[in-house]
Amino acid sequence: MIDFELEPQVLNRLQMYHSVAENMMRPISREYDEREHEDPWQFFEAMWAASALSDVQPAVSAKSGTAEKAPSAPKLRNLNTVITTEELCWGDAGLFLSVPNSGLGGAAVMAAGTPDQKARFLKRFSEGKPKWGAMAITEPGCGSDSAAVTTTATRDGDHWVINGTKIFCTGGHRAVEKSEGFVVVWATVDKTAGRAGIKPFVVEHGTPGMQVIRLENKLGIRASDTAAIVFDNCRVPIDHLLGSPEVKREGGFKDVMATFDATRPIVAAMAIGVGRAALDFVRDFLKEQNIPIRYGISPRRLTAIERDFMEMEVQLQAARLLTWRAAWMLDMGQRNNLEASMAKAKAGLVVTQITQKAVELLGPLGYSRKLLVEKWMRDAKINDIFEGTQQINMLIVSRRILGYGNKELN
Amino acid sequence: MVDFQLTEEQQMIRDTIGAFAKDEIRPAARPADESCAAPDELIQKIWELGLVRGPIPEEYGGDGGERSAVTGAVVAEEMAYGDLSIALHSLAPRLFAYPLLEMGTEDQKKTHLSRFTGPKFAAGTAAIIEPRWDFDLTELATTATRDGNSFVISGTKCCVPLAEESDAILVYARSGGAGGFGGVDAFIVPRDCGGLKIGDREKNMGLRGLATYEVLFEKCKVGSDARVGADKGIDFSRLMSEGRVAFAAMAVGVMRAAFDYARDYAKERRAFGVPIATKQAVAFMLADMAIEIDAARLLIWEAASRLDKGGDALRESYLAKNYAAASALKVADNAVQVLGGHGYIREHPVEMWLRNARAFASLDGIATV
Repeated sequence: MIDFELEPQVLNRLQMYHSVAENMMRPISREYDEREHEDPWQFFEAMWAASALSDVQPAVSAKSGTAEKAPSAPKLRNLNTVITTEELCWGDAGLFLSVPNSGLGGAAVMAAGTPDQKARFLKRFSEGKPKWGAMAITEPGCGSDSAAVTTTATRDGDHWVINGTKIFCTGGHRAVEKSEGFVVVWATVDKTAGRAGIKPFVVEHGTPGMQVIRLENKLGIRASDTAAIVFDNCRVPIDHLLGSPEVKREGGFKDVMATFDATRPIVAAMAIGVGRAALDFVRDFLKEQNIPIRYGISPRRLTAIERDFMEMEVQLQAARLLTWRAAWMLDMGQRNNLEASMAKAKAGLVVTQITQKAVELLGPLGYSRKLLVEKWMRDAKINDIFEGTQQINMLIVSRRILGYGNKELN
Repeated sequence: MVDFQLTEEQQMIRDTIGAFAKDEIRPAARPADESCAAPDELIQKIWELGLVRGPIPEEYGGDGGERSAVTGAVVAEEMAYGDLSIALHSLAPRLFAYPLLEMGTEDQKKTHLSRFTGPKFAAGTAAIIEPRWDFDLTELATTATRDGNSFVISGTKCCVPLAEESDAILVYARSGGAGGFGGVDAFIVPRDCGGLKIGDREKNMGLRGLATYEVLFEKCKVGSDARVGADKGIDFSRLMSEGRVAFAAMAVGVMRAAFDYARDYAKERRAFGVPIATKQAVAFMLADMAIEIDAARLLIWEAASRLDKGGDALRESYLAKNYAAASALKVADNAVQVLGGHGYIREHPVEMWLRNARAFASLDGIATV
């Protein structure tokens, strides 16, 4: 039966996330936007200690069926992840991305690794000091076209030797130089085999031959580190190749593409969190100014501000419902490739527009760094780019509704 | 608990009405548009599906089914997928019957509901919209003033579907001083009431298959028993929310019709040696249409499910309806664009859907769930 209302116990749980967002993230939000490349260790330690918040980590594809089940794990795991993600990103999207956890590296291990590899590589995230897991796929010469990676892995006895440069690696610096984490690197073992030859390798922190050469200076989400990493004859043990080394089997690359079905709704939810921050701010602001929002009257009699505000509000809710649906489908064991891309495309776009509109509505106040509104506009934009750009997601939606593959529509 | 799935019964209704709309209603859409008339046999056939009778209790001759806004939205979408004019025509009796069903007195139900449970199509309608550019549900200009045991109704309404053939009209008028949705009442005005004048049939840009009229109330006197809900009156805000859900759901039906047609055309039509759908400029337009359809439907279902829980959905239904109205226009316009010059020709239905889609933002209160 159609029902989009969260249950009281879910709302109660969400309240806990909201207080983290409000009391731990918001107070340092501006500070770590200004102090790019610095680490809020106190925040990291607190988040690491809050084991109850561990399900903030990206949910892993349902079909692997090995997602850890905490005793109190909610029934709708993926849906729960998107609503908590929204809550925390209402606090600060950059800090959300910085929370120490297995991250996208962990998602790749869960999607492509053997049971032994999952246990071996992921154990560290439930013990000891804060750690990060990262994933390195993008290269200077290829982004959306992730099948075009040029980084190579060559077999040498019982090691793989990795050579190449990776960029835009979220949390890469913290994963390999600031904690005992790891980065999952995608490299080709056979250039003639195309995407079938691309395999994921776990490279441990401190492995010789791996070096973070640069941290990007970004438009927004500045609390999150974005690393460029060079692999120069970097040797990793053979059992660090996740899954099967068999080139004929397309497993590895397909598996990482499958993780997008779970992570795109999360990125959409990140966008929605940022959008809601802006919307809530504008709503409170208008209230203070005694500017009413009159629902129900003829649209022709609305003021420009009312129109703008309502448009922001309804677009955000449309994106949220599409996002919830995509996550809910995963929870139901349904394929959600189309719906995940719909949600990501919609949320990335509308939240970019919503936050820009918030800056506009507040006039010179919106442009000032005294308020967080201008920051949210900068933070929002990344959601229209990473984890599949607006255009890549539109391409996926197009192919699915037309029944085309990448040969017909490219 | 959050659930994105219709009940089994709702899925069955969707599939049944959907197939009927595709096979029976769609072929009649263009002829109805050109001839400005819905075919009687088809209207009768739809009547027999029981879409109006369904939730009317058995004691008044109905099927005694559950009335649900979500189910109503599903029906409205599927019907409008066939044709908007025919959907509005067939479901117009709801405009009269359902407010009585929900908020009428026992006497009013007994007197009027059985008219809509017989074997033959019975026209019914409501007069809400008024002919002003800034027409607003919260500021009706039509008034009802108490005169002893009677009410005197004065005002002009327009876009009243099937007014000419209905035995009685439900008219909404301001009866109290309160602003907003308060102070509005609905009155049952018999067709032969003195002072009730039905004007010429209106000529609209779209909805050509639907007969709508201007209706004048010139000191129209009705007894106090004509006031729906007697002294309790009506919950006008709720009725209008139900109306917005229904009309918005119809917008989704029109969007889907336009999307399906444009998608199929784009896969067939070749340019530069390939189907035009293989060009991103066209494919992305279609992708955008698909996203807007789902987004609008989810917003509508959210409002509808709130109504079904008995809650207030003024804000949700208003935003969903405005969203659907804007999306419908955009989607129908895209469909015309995908067909290019052919989209402009009346041989294809997309131009009709563009004209019909324009109705959603202009009209309010012309359907209900």
